[in-house]
Amino acid sequence: MDNLRIIEVKRSVFEENDKDAERLRKELKERGIFLLNLMSSPGSGKTTTLIKTINLLKDKLNIAVMEADIDSDTDAKKILEGTGVQTIQIHTGGMCHLDADMTRQGIRSLDLEKVDLVILENVGNLVCPAEFDTGASKNCMILSVPEGDDKPLKYPLMFSICDLVLINKTDVAPYFDFDFDKCEQYIKMRNKNAKILSICAKTGEGIDEFAMWLKEQVDIQKGGK
Amino acid sequence: MHELGVVFHCIKEINQIALENKVKKIASVTIELGEVSTVIPDLFEDCWNWAVKKEDILHNAKIVIEKIKAITHCEQCGENYDTVINGKTCPKCGSLNTYLLTGNEIIIKQIEVKE
Repeated sequence: MDNLRIIEVKRSVFEENDKDAERLRKELKERGIFLLNLMSSPGSGKTTTLIKTINLLKDKLNIAVMEADIDSDTDAKKILEGTGVQTIQIHTGGMCHLDADMTRQGIRSLDLEKVDLVILENVGNLVCPAEFDTGASKNCMILSVPEGDDKPLKYPLMFSICDLVLINKTDVAPYFDFDFDKCEQYIKMRNKNAKILSICAKTGEGIDEFAMWLKEQVDIQKGGK
Repeated sequence: MHELGVVFHCIKEINQIALENKVKKIASVTIELGEVSTVIPDLFEDCWNWAVKKEDILHNAKIVIEKIKAITHCEQCGENYDTVINGKTCPKCGSLNTYLLTGNEIIIKQIEVKE
């Protein structure tokens, strides 16, 4: 008969990932590379927003993009065709999010020589990506008008971890009951420090502000503070 | 799908603990799940049972899930209340100025080792 012994562990499941993430964040800071983790639900306009923003910034900054999806390379192709910047596609193999280790592997496969800004387009999902720290310098999420102003109430964790919330597709606002003031109030309830910008990737409204924010973050990252 | 990702992280973490403690075979693992951790116990168990078939040290290890009650604290009146029933709104004073005290944990509590 085998003997049984109990080992007390009391360790959070996310502990190892959190350590990996901290390590990656530190490495990137030392190299002066800013990594943005961009999240949202599917169809909120992540890829279109990125193409518009990158085209505004690519003369000033050296940019690379990592596209994370469960399958396909449509987004990586779109980014490459739309902007010409260095792009890779990461497949999560059925997983609904990226973790710090997968992010590091993605970063390693990029040519980082001279790169200032890496943008990670996470898997379209408002639940899982919020739970796994990728090691990004900052988190950003896009909420599009058709999704509704109540999303900060329904997915509190996502809004509580984001430094910047972009409210996209403002051009269709007249057709939806989207209350911008209420939405802002709900976001601030979850995260007092979140910055909120209204944008429209299709018409280009607000994209310059988002680009400016990114440029500032890169400057801070390089500033050694 | 979400539960499977969490299970993979658990397995990675437990294999690491096994290595640190020179463990060869694990009989069972006890996990504490917060009521509002976004992990559904039944789905977690299904994913676990599927995933440990492919493992070595954890091969067919049993999973025991213990619930951690979700409690929210009201900053307005100081009340601690049941989150699952009342959500973000304090049942005593109606304030939305509240935060979660416990209930979002996913903790590996203990592992039972065969020797």
